[in-house]
Amino acid sequence: MTAVAKTPTAIKAKQRPGDRVFSASTVFAGSLILVILAAVALFLIAQSVPAFAADPADIVGGEGFWSYVAPLAFGTVWGAIIALAIAVPLSIGIALFISHYAPRRLASPLGYVIDLLAAVPSVVYGLWGIGVLAPAVVPFYLWLTENLGWFPLFSGPVSGTGRTILTVAVVLAVMILPIITALSREIFLQTPRLHEEAALALGATRWEMIRIAVLPFGRPGIVSASMLGLGRALGETMAVAIILSPAAIVKFALLQQQNPNTIAANIALSFPESFGLGTNTLIASGLMLFVITLVVNSIARYIVNRRKAFSGAN
Amino acid sequence: MSKRIEVNDLNVYYGKFKAVEDVSLTIEPRTVTAFIGPSGCGKSTFLRTLNRMHEVIPGAYVEGDVLIDGNNLYGQGVDPVLVRRQVGMVFQRPNPFPTMSIKDNVLAGVKLNNRRMSKNDADDLAERSLRGANLWNEVKDRLDKPGSGLSGGQQQRLCIARAIAVQPDVVLMDEPCSALDPISTLAIEDLIEELKQDYTIVIVTHNMQQASRVSDRTAFFNIAGTGKPGKLIEYDDTDTIFSKPSVQATEDYVSGRFG
Repeated sequence: MTAVAKTPTAIKAKQRPGDRVFSASTVFAGSLILVILAAVALFLIAQSVPAFAADPADIVGGEGFWSYVAPLAFGTVWGAIIALAIAVPLSIGIALFISHYAPRRLASPLGYVIDLLAAVPSVVYGLWGIGVLAPAVVPFYLWLTENLGWFPLFSGPVSGTGRTILTVAVVLAVMILPIITALSREIFLQTPRLHEEAALALGATRWEMIRIAVLPFGRPGIVSASMLGLGRALGETMAVAIILSPAAIVKFALLQQQNPNTIAANIALSFPESFGLGTNTLIASGLMLFVITLVVNSIARYIVNRRKAFSGAN
Repeated sequence: MSKRIEVNDLNVYYGKFKAVEDVSLTIEPRTVTAFIGPSGCGKSTFLRTLNRMHEVIPGAYVEGDVLIDGNNLYGQGVDPVLVRRQVGMVFQRPNPFPTMSIKDNVLAGVKLNNRRMSKNDADDLAERSLRGANLWNEVKDRLDKPGSGLSGGQQQRLCIARAIAVQPDVVLMDEPCSALDPISTLAIEDLIEELKQDYTIVIVTHNMQQASRVSDRTAFFNIAGTGKPGKLIEYDDTDTIFSKPSVQATEDYVSGRFG
């Protein structure tokens, strides 16, 4: 007790070369992603400034940047949302079929086929959309307006070519289906057997077991998978550029001739002939797409984290 | 609520492999019956045939009868889902649903049977079940918190509360204490003693002291060797099994000479 109090020194762990190399390489990889993201953001912002600063009359359309980009942003989000609304339920269904219903002989070939869908280039989807799907859906669209035309989304007159936002959304849904299905399937397969048995032992049918054990467990995975799919749908360029017959409008109707264009497709179509301020405007619209994607992802992350305590990760 | 279980000449197969051979026994209502025996002797497999949970494993099937108050579980047209609502089960590792709150966990089985339940009834049932599982006082202030935040022993009692909330006739327990510390084990054993008033309980255990502490009757299972089917060697009052068993193998096992 009389001894002079020594200041406690932290015990240092021995530094091993392997640990150092490994930790340095992970830090490098982790920071690289930030650097790349920052570089892209800087480029977008620097190139966009002229478009923001320009006299509204000089921007395409003559009413300033915001009224130029608003219909594009709307078309991007609207198309992606419809695509997601089609793809997510379908993907969950397919994933559950593969993970819990299909006999094993059927399950793995089916998984391969789904993965194969992801390998098809988007330009092929675009050609399929305009060559096969668009003409094929016109009669169906006509039927929709005749029978459900009172519902604003399906109001007429129907586009004669079928090159509408709904056709685009269907093609986008097919494109994002594999990624959502593959990820959901993985997460469903990882549902702890104990939880499945707990549900069955309580007298749950197979569907009830899936509802109380598998789906809640897979929820964060489904949200993440949907966000990856949504990211692809938001940014998809070729397929949209090929299929859609665009106009600079904000319109919810799904079947009509005039459809809002998407940001990415608009850039792809307009960039080759743009110069000067026009180029800046297009890049600024790209910045908007960047911001939209960022916001959507943040919302998804928030949703997942909000119920973290119930995720089963602990 | 509790019922008598009668098993006649039961064989259990996993595909071509015969896992349990020729078991016949009768379990009286409101008793605790322990199944003991070395690992792989088929006692858990046999336990699972009492609520048809073995069917979860592809290729598993049984021959023979299991009668609960005279009704054959394996009769024509008997729905395994309804069997499991009558015969509840508690597993080796605590398995509350991680995505549900404590209260929702307790009510999970009830909600399957009967969707429309007033909030008052639900609260009453949750309280009754949690009290029944000796857990109420520990969790009454955090019923809306996730069940996975409890300790292992509390989680296991939560699983017992979940099993008894559906008011089954029989509660099966598959080594319910093997993942728990001694204090939690004691809490579960006390609970089994209380549950005996209302339920027929069948428990598989590796712990022979536990079998002698909690059970009225004990069944000893053994296998002749790997790849051979498990058999019921001896089934008698627990006191008899542990003091003067009639089969040499039983005596060797309970006295710790093998297993």
